Amino acid sequence: MRKVAVVGVGETKFSAAQEKTSVELFAEAAMEAITESNLKPKDVQALFLGNVLGDFSEGQGMVQVFAAENIGCRNIPANRYEGACASASMAVRDAFMWVASGFYDIVLAGGVERAAAMGTALATRTFAMSSDSRYEFPSGITFPALFAMLAHLYAARYGIPIDKLKEQMATVSVQSYHYGMFNPKAHLRKEVDVEAILKSFMVSTPLQLHDCCPFSDGAAALILASERAAKKLTNRPVYITGVGQASSGPLANQQDYLPRLQAREISSQQAYNMAGVKPKDIDVCELHDCFSIASLIAAEGLGFFEYGKSGEAWMKGEAAIGGKVAINPSGGLKSKGHPIGATGAGQVYEITKQLRGEVEPERQVDGAKIGMTDTLGGDGGTLVNMVLRCGW
Amino acid sequence: MEYKLAFKDYNEALKRNELLGLKCRECGTITVPPKMACRKCASLDMEVIKLMGKGKIQTFTTCNVASEGREDELPYIILLVELEEGAWIMGNLAGTDPTTASMELIGQKVRMAEGRVFPGDRYSAGEGTSPVFRIEA
Repeated sequence: MRKVAVVGVGETKFSAAQEKTSVELFAEAAMEAITESNLKPKDVQALFLGNVLGDFSEGQGMVQVFAAENIGCRNIPANRYEGACASASMAVRDAFMWVASGFYDIVLAGGVERAAAMGTALATRTFAMSSDSRYEFPSGITFPALFAMLAHLYAARYGIPIDKLKEQMATVSVQSYHYGMFNPKAHLRKEVDVEAILKSFMVSTPLQLHDCCPFSDGAAALILASERAAKKLTNRPVYITGVGQASSGPLANQQDYLPRLQAREISSQQAYNMAGVKPKDIDVCELHDCFSIASLIAAEGLGFFEYGKSGEAWMKGEAAIGGKVAINPSGGLKSKGHPIGATGAGQVYEITKQLRGEVEPERQVDGAKIGMTDTLGGDGGTLVNMVLRCGW
Repeated sequence: MEYKLAFKDYNEALKRNELLGLKCRECGTITVPPKMACRKCASLDMEVIKLMGKGKIQTFTTCNVASEGREDELPYIILLVELEEGAWIMGNLAGTDPTTASMELIGQKVRMAEGRVFPGDRYSAGEGTSPVFRIEA
């Protein structure tokens, strides 16, 4: 297998409902990535694109072929990936494998979504399509409701009084909002304190509005290249050194692990083993904080903190820049935003920028050499992890 | 290979307040809702059995934001129940005020009271039924 590098990245601002089409959003991110890589559209051999809801948000299926043609990548194979919120990470992982295998030398991977443009009611409905439609949707499951149930289960399983857990969860949101303040591409840029979080609208007990990420519009794109191609294009390649992906069935059937998510533990172990690193080696991690409780569960599943203890870790600053591992210095899904089909590529964008030392000083993890991404789709149905490393 | 307990038959039974599952002849695990393969050992050798519909609440939430078209159902309680036969299942809770539901629900014994039919919307392929539980007196 060949080494594969990220040689260029691009990203739109993640935002509330806006007027650009999915193709336009992706075109902006893609051309930024292509240009940064010192390439032309004709150099791209294939496109791997995450998109979940284009069919619903703008009546557009097969967005990948229109996106490829639109940016001048004519007639190349173009594949769409749908794994709910993990879609773009699935696309990046597949792109990685095709370059690693030797089949392609230069590919474009990324994702795009217009989730905010759908409005809350339709977005809630279509997000719930990633739960079991026949056996769990009849009970009225929504994404907040499912993570809300995990929050109550987490409190019960680890013996944490719910008020204490809520304070821990609020601390997670406070940190994410804080870093997002300094990220010009973030959707929600405001300081929010614990008091405001605990006063916000109750979405699904115990999760309040500020425990939940927003629905966002946005796109992100990356150019992946073989080591040989990468060396000609950049003197600062960021290598993808480990990848993992795993699946699980309906939420209730994950009973033996909940509130842990087994797919994450399998996927992250694959990525760690392939990269030859351990959780303690990770300097910076963008993890899937679709809800505050999801951050706690993720940080434990990735091996950063003990089960039931990550809330305390956040409160002690161990998940902040300068702590044990810098988690979500982009602001995470909470503040940076969650255009679901693009989110995973946005995480790789952030890690690449972090390792290159190119983000705003207030949120730069100084000297970071090894980064990680963690993207969750559905109710733990799909998990994708990647380990990235400085190549200079 | 024929699917042993299809959605349609499971759903019809649930509407009659009958909870069906599959018992693995190799490892004894109960699989519910139905699947082709045992959720534990992936054996295909399973028989359809009737479950008691009794269990313990593992977790819950009171949902205040619904999917498009289901706003009239708010607020409602969603549960994960561990059935006496060992499998977990998602359902709803009746007879408890959703606005005051608290952590005290976890661990309470419940019994299935009815199958509540969601008639379906423009996206779903017809109806589906949710098992509705009540706390045992």
